[in-house]
Amino acid sequence: MKNEKHNKNLKAALTLATTALFSTAQAGAVPLPSDTPTEDTWSFDSAFLYYSEAERVSAAEAIFNAKKNYSDDSTLNLKLTVDVLTGASANGAVAQPNVQTFTRPSGKGDYNVKAGDTPLDDTFKDTRVQLNGQWSQVLAQNYTGSVGAHISKEYDYLSLGVNGNLAYDFNKKNSTISFGLSHFQDTFSPEGGIPKPFASMPLSYGQYDDNGNNSTKNIHDATRMSSDDNKTTSDIMVGFTQVINRRMVTQFNYSHSVVDGYLTDPFKVLSLVDSRGITQDYLYENRPDKRTKQSVFAQSKYHFDETILDVSYRYMWDDWKVESHTLDSRIYIPLGDGSYLEPHLRFYQQTAAEFYQPFLMQSDVFPEFASADYRIGEMTAYTVGLKYGMKLDGGNDLSFRFEYYRQNSESAGHKAPGALASLALYESVDAIIVQVSYSF
Amino acid sequence: MNNKFKYSLVFAAVTLASGCSSLGVEPWERDLLAKEQMALTSAPIDAALDDHIYFSKEASSGGKSFGGGGCGCN
Repeated sequence: MKNEKHNKNLKAALTLATTALFSTAQAGAVPLPSDTPTEDTWSFDSAFLYYSEAERVSAAEAIFNAKKNYSDDSTLNLKLTVDVLTGASANGAVAQPNVQTFTRPSGKGDYNVKAGDTPLDDTFKDTRVQLNGQWSQVLAQNYTGSVGAHISKEYDYLSLGVNGNLAYDFNKKNSTISFGLSHFQDTFSPEGGIPKPFASMPLSYGQYDDNGNNSTKNIHDATRMSSDDNKTTSDIMVGFTQVINRRMVTQFNYSHSVVDGYLTDPFKVLSLVDSRGITQDYLYENRPDKRTKQSVFAQSKYHFDETILDVSYRYMWDDWKVESHTLDSRIYIPLGDGSYLEPHLRFYQQTAAEFYQPFLMQSDVFPEFASADYRIGEMTAYTVGLKYGMKLDGGNDLSFRFEYYRQNSESAGHKAPGALASLALYESVDAIIVQVSYSF
Repeated sequence: MNNKFKYSLVFAAVTLASGCSSLGVEPWERDLLAKEQMALTSAPIDAALDDHIYFSKEASSGGKSFGGGGCGCN
């Protein structure tokens, strides 16, 4: 009982705060007393997620979402996301039978990797703040429009985005066609600048060369081409939703996406190896500056007597020759009293981008593009998860989600010469995802 | 043979399209469809968090909603 009162007070306070925030835009608007009855309602969702890879990256992410439903069916959605990333990420180089030394992306220091280990750069640390706003309203009978804006800022990254969507309902609102556009403008200003394609990784500042001369920052800077670079992402999406019967609804989407600009990862290198499989140099990777992706997506939800089955499938292909299949399924199982269990299974499989290669060979013709980033290599992944949710006094929702995610990198047919034959080139990544959500 | 296949494809498409108008429910039969768990995106926060994870760990994104840019996630 006390809890319920506390929750109501919290919601009332937040409603007042958000109302006050937005009424400042209306000159001369008089704030309504909090007890004035109104048909407009606010609802709030919050979640905290912890993602952790074994011996690699950890991320903590918090989301706060405020949604206002107006009496005329318009909605305003405001979302704040904050995340913190720390830990180690594969730098692209291959394991070696000896200790390896790498320069940190900033150029101000170095790190060692043990013999036989996949090289991980442990410098990753970033905090990101993201704001999303979305306004949706009925434009005319059977027509719903929606517009949104996005801003995301990290220490070394800025992303600005806008989107718009138009939906048309017909056949007694059993069928809906939708058309959406989205555009993102991103700026990347990585610590230490943008490396030149295939430049050798320089020594860190303060190192001495063979003649005892102090190599300066100039040597590092000679491997850089600029301090920042941009990319744009333009998406078109066409969707069709159909109610099949009282128990079933389906959705089909087609998406076309063009990413243009700096698509290389400035922190990733490739090992240049000789015929014995021994690394002679580390070269910064280079990807094409354009990528066109397409995908088809289908989803179906079926309401059995008690449980609800949700199955979706996505096929994606692009001009980098990446093809992927994603199968996702959930079963909502009510347990009574508003509580439920929801098991989740996801399966993912992708082919490698055509320029992916785990390392460069000295004897081979130098390619135009190359990347050893395992995320664009051949891979299968699966997720197994379980969510438990409950209704609290006062109708608020509390839920817990626990998931296990595994990525298995696979060889795309590259031969491993000499020493590399006995080293692990394609490592698996294990991660756990823990999430707590509260809606009021 | 090829033509026969094409015709069956066109036939299937026309049947499917005309079938859609006979699919669906009357407004008073929406009791189950109206449940929040039957919404196509019934947990938008979970979906946003998952999209962020898979966008930064795999070479695919979007499909259900916009794939977008949005972060320099590693």
